[in-house]
This record gives sequence, structure tokens and C-alpha cells, in this order.
Amino acid sequence: MDAIDVRQIVKSFGDFTAVKGISFTVGEGEIFGLLGPNGAGKSTLIRMLVTLLPPTAGTALVGGFDIVTHQDQVRRLIGVIPQAMTSDTELSVEENLLIFAKLYGVPREKRKRLIDDLLAAVELTQWRDKQVRQLSGGMRRRVEIARGLVHEPKIFFLDEPTTGLDPVSRVAVWEMLRKIKAERDLTILITTHYMDEADKLCDRIAIVDHGELKALDTPGRLKAAIPGKNVLEASFAPVPEGWTATLQALPSVEGVTPHDNIFRIASGNGPATTMALMSAAAQANVTVQSLSVQSTTLDDVFVHYTGRALRDALHDAPRLDISHMRR
Amino acid sequence: MYRTWAIIERELRRFRRSPTLIVISLLFPIVQLVILGYAFGGNVRHLTLAVVDRDRGVPAVKLKELAGSIAANAGTFEMIPYADEGAAILALRNGRVNGVLTIPPDYSRRVLSHAAPRVALIEDNTDNFVAASMGATLNGMIGAANQPAVTSQRMPGQVTLDVVEIYPYVPYIQYLLPGSVVMSIFMMVMIGGGIIFIDDKARGLHEGYLVTPITKFELIAGFVLSGAIKAVLAGFVLMTIGSVIAGIPHPFDPLRLLRMLAVIVMTALALISMMFLLMVRVTDPLVPRAIFGVLNTLLYFPSGAVYPQQGFPGWMRVIAVADPFTYAVHAFKSLLLKNTGFAAIGGDLAYLSIFTLIAMTAAVRLFRRTL
Ligand SMILES: Nc1ncnc2c1ncn2[C@@H]1O[C@H](COP(=O)(O)OP(=O)(O)OP(=O)(O)O)[C@@H](O)[C@H]1O
Ligand SMILES: [Mg+2]
Repeated sequence: MDAIDVRQIVKSFGDFTAVKGISFTVGEGEIFGLLGPNGAGKSTLIRMLVTLLPPTAGTALVGGFDIVTHQDQVRRLIGVIPQAMTSDTELSVEENLLIFAKLYGVPREKRKRLIDDLLAAVELTQWRDKQVRQLSGGMRRRVEIARGLVHEPKIFFLDEPTTGLDPVSRVAVWEMLRKIKAERDLTILITTHYMDEADKLCDRIAIVDHGELKALDTPGRLKAAIPGKNVLEASFAPVPEGWTATLQALPSVEGVTPHDNIFRIASGNGPATTMALMSAAAQANVTVQSLSVQSTTLDDVFVHYTGRALRDALHDAPRLDISHMRR
Repeated sequence: MYRTWAIIERELRRFRRSPTLIVISLLFPIVQLVILGYAFGGNVRHLTLAVVDRDRGVPAVKLKELAGSIAANAGTFEMIPYADEGAAILALRNGRVNGVLTIPPDYSRRVLSHAAPRVALIEDNTDNFVAASMGATLNGMIGAANQPAVTSQRMPGQVTLDVVEIYPYVPYIQYLLPGSVVMSIFMMVMIGGGIIFIDDKARGLHEGYLVTPITKFELIAGFVLSGAIKAVLAGFVLMTIGSVIAGIPHPFDPLRLLRMLAVIVMTALALISMMFLLMVRVTDPLVPRAIFGVLNTLLYFPSGAVYPQQGFPGWMRVIAVADPFTYAVHAFKSLLLKNTGFAAIGGDLAYLSIFTLIAMTAAVRLFRRTL
């Protein structure tokens, strides 16, 4: 049985449709990533799956239970980290976990052991009595991860757990998730803006834009499916007439996208194309102002499917206070 | 100076974009003007006077007729005949009547034989405004009864009115205390209940609750009971400290403390239900703060906490009838100023229970378990 089975799910707000009939399945034990720019509908989709929002049409099965008709059973199975930081800043780390353990009806004799284990897993044991308000953004996220797992859920939903964190904290959060995942039998559905993270950590990735599913596969296959193995980005001065066509004719070139004097060139053989490009430029008396050669990344996959660079769509999330991070 | 202008510009731009704030800041003083303008100093009317006629002679009937015509013309009081003086005084103690006029058995004989006839007004002096109005009207009536005799000099045939107060003198600070106890409960309901509730909702804290298996009923009961506990504590502390400050006799009488606790609990439940009903669909953290002041004025002054409701114009008495403060204030006045039992506050407790039930039912219906 699939852990999550989304069936033609739709959500409209008035006449605006935020999620336009998406279907996919997530296997048990998988780490599944939802990628998409701001406003793509990721949070709306997650909110429907965790029973916070009723779908306008369609439905989904989570752990085999229908999110419309069996909300209570779904809620017992899942752990949820919403996009906004929602831990209780007035309470201590441990109190936050304790309240949620009680909300989930975790029996008294299990509570202490579970909380101890989780605090160790997210490396907050020495902070357990501190008020959450005194913690940095990254540490708060870890409190929430522990909170979401306090009732040993089978399926874990995380909405942008690393947005707004500095690179060190981001890596820490992901490593923690990987470690926790290795220790227990858990399916994870996660949304993020960061391609590198998704690439390294997700078993499969769905790219969502404007409420539609644009692509779904393993990171490797997504990268393989788009033209070229390498991407060259070069700028020239001057740009002669018909330069795009000249570049297109170079060996192994599979596509050229001009942007003023900058050209993005998809190539099946980076070094060969580079050599040919340099000599073509010398012949035409064109100066190569800059040149970079990269392997295809998920960023390129993203641009390919959404027509937008993800960094342009990046969240303007509030910078979080990281001053406490130097432990 | 340039930087000052930047601050001013920002403040004014922001001001223009919060219409609720503008409306409320204008509405609040207007509400206060109207409510306070009519809350104080109105002529106290529509009182109830128990009449016990133990004489039944012709002069006594005449006196009652005179009283009846005053009641009909000026509307100061309404007369209720009582056969038994004991029953009338019990009604007075339980607040069902404001005064008892007793015509003694030898009244007619004394009138006819010019042997200094007397009638007695036994009054509930816990409300000085009511007592003064009642006393003045009856004195006027006796004056009229003594016409056309010469009034400049006391004649043996003149009727005199003896005024008997059934409680020790109540200073104004004691008169205000019941309203303050209700206010402390209201403040805690608004700050500890309403404002925190909306702030938590706006911060997304409720999202955390909603994804757990908690039922709608459990969630609401949790919010209501936690708010009520905080409000009961506030009310109890204020009642205790306030009683000492105001010099209420025997402030720690255990039986009264118990009765007070019952009223405090019911008041807290009624007010928290009202607050919950008002806030159940609100998401903007500014709203509870904005309506706080208006609600305070609208509930506190018409409740009879500072001036008797019998002095209010009709529209304000309509507010007073619905206002839960009215019943809480009445119950606290009975307990603190008259040290009555449950008989005097049964109606108040009943109203507060019904109010709680209706407000809670409506709030539960409006509450959404989803975002
Ligand atoms: N309650 C709502 N009422 C109206 N429109 C909404 C509501 N919630 C979301 N939307 C709209 O639905 C679209 C999808 O929003 P959603 O929050 O799901 O995007 P997202 O992919 O999570 O974006 P982000 O990366 O910024 O978190 C947006 O255009 C948003 O404005
Ligand atoms: Mg989102």
C-alpha cells in the first residue's frame, strides 16, 4: 500500500484555483520532495493532505485513510511541521514536546523515553529547559521536528523546514531528518526551494507550478530527461548578427537560449563544445567575456519545466535570528 | 528634519490603511459620551413599593389612593399590596421590592382622634440613589395628605413618616465594588482569553492543534475552561482585596465566600462564552484590542454598577436587560452589601447559565475545525 495516494485533488479560493487536479503516490519509507516557486500551491496541497483544508474536489489517501471522510484516523498517523514557526515561544523546549505528547494521547510511561530520545536526535538535550524564545531559528525548527515526531507518526509532512535558515543550520536539519529516518519506519513528504537539498535527500521529486504537476521522477532521471549533460553560460562582446545560429551549429550543442549578450547553451559534451566555442569566437573576432561550464543540476530541470529560475522566485521569508547558533 | 518627515509619512500612510482603527477610535468616545451621558443622574423611577395595610380603615384607603395617583402620574414607583409585613420585608431583603410602606393597625383611630398618626417606610438603603428618591416621593405624598391643614407647624393630627433603613450605611466605594469584581473578570477574559486567542491564531499556533486528533469539542472546552480558570482567579482576588479596601463587614465569612465563588464562576463562564462567540471567526489581532474599550463601556455602565438602572432612559434599560454584567452586579450587590442567600441571586445565576448556554452553542456552531 502507498503511504500517500493523491487523487485529482483540487483547491479553489473563490475563482482562483491554487491546486488544479494533482495526482501522485508516495511509497512507504520514501522521502518525497515537492518543489515549486512561491505561490505554486505547495502549502495548499500539504494543508489538504494533513486535513487542515478541505479539498474543493478530488481526495487523497494518507496511510490508507481518506482525508475527507476519515480525518481522525489520518491525524493519528501523521506528524506535521507547518511553514510558519509555530512552537510556543513562552514554553520551554521540553514543555512544547510534553503538551503535544498529551494532545496525541501518548501514554505517560512512554512520554519521557520518547521525549528524551527525540531531544537527543535533534541535539537539543542540553537546551530542554530553555524557553523557545531564547533559541535561534535553526534550533526552533529542530524543536518543531521533535514535536512533530513525539507520537511516533508513520508519515511526516514538512513545509519548507529549512527556509530562512543559514547554510549550516540547513545542513544540520537535513542530516537530522536523514538520521531519524534511518532509525524508524517513516515516510517523509517535504517541500523546499533548495534544489541542492532536494537533489541529495529526496528519493523522488515532484515539480509543481501554478497548481499543476509539471514533472515527477527521481532526481537522477529528471536531470537525464532534459537536453544536454552540461550547461555552458557565456557572455560575448560584441554579439554579431546570427550568433545564436553559429552557436547552435557547434558540436554537441542541443539548445541555445540567448539573454542579451549572455547565452545558455545545453551540450551533450561540455569540453568539446567549449573548445569549439573558443575557436568560433576567435574567428569571428568576438571576445568571450565570461564562460562557465557546469553539469546539469536540478536548477536547470526546474527552469526547463517552469520557465523560471528558482532563485528569482525565492521566498522573501524573514531572516531568522541566528545569533545563538555558535554553540 | 528630513528623517522626521520620513517617520511622519510612514505613520500617516499606515494610519490611512487601517480603517478599523480609525472607525473604532472615533466610535469609542461617541459610545462613551452617549452611555455615560445617560448613565448618571437620571431621575430614579419605576421603583417597586410594597404596601402593608394593617389598618384597612377609610383614612388608610385614602392614603393608598393618594400613593396610587402619585405612582400613576410621576411613575416613580409601582405599588404591590402585601398582606403580611414579614413577607414584604423578605421581598425587600431579596431585592424584589425597593421599599415597604407599613400602615399600622391604629392608623385610622389616630387620624380621627388627632393622636399623631404615623406610617413607616422600611427601605433598602444599599442604593443611596434609590433610597433618596423613594424617601423624597413619600415625604411629598405625606405632605399632600396633610393638606389642607396648616403645614408650617406640626399639629397633633398631622401624619408623620418614619424612615427605617434595614442595612448599615453603604459608602459609595462599597456600592462600586460589585462592578469592579465583574470588571476584573471581564479584563481577564479579554486579555487572558480573547487577545491571546487571536494572537495565537494569527501566529499559526492553532494550526499545530488542528493537525492533532483533538476533537472540536475538546479544543473549545480547553479554550473556554482555561479562560474561565484565569478569570475566576482574577475575580476572587479582586473580591477579597476589594472587600478589605472598601471595608465590607465580615469580608471572610465562609458561607458568603462560597456563594461569591458560585457567582464568580458563572460570570466567568458567561463572559468567556460571549468573548468566544465574538472572536470565533476573527483573525486580525487588532480586533479584540479595538472592541475591548467599546465593549467595556457598553457593558459596565448600563449594568447598574455605578448608578441604579431605574434612572436610565428606556433604550439603555433594554441594553441592561440583555447585559450579563447586570445580573452579575446584582448578585454581587446582594451578597456583598446585603449578605443574602441563594434565594436573592437565583434569577441572576439562571440568567447567566442561559446566556452561557446560548453563546456557547452559537460559538461552537461557528467554530471551524479547519483553517
Ligand atoms: N486562504 C487563501 N485564500 C486565498 N488564496 C490563497 C489562500 N491560501 C493560498 N492562496 C493562494 O494560493 C496560491 C498557492 O499558495 P501556497 O501557499 O500553497 O503556495 P506555496 O507554493 O506554498 O508558496 P510558498 O513557496 O510561498 O510557500 C497562492 O497564489 C496564494 O495566494
Ligand atoms: Mg508555502
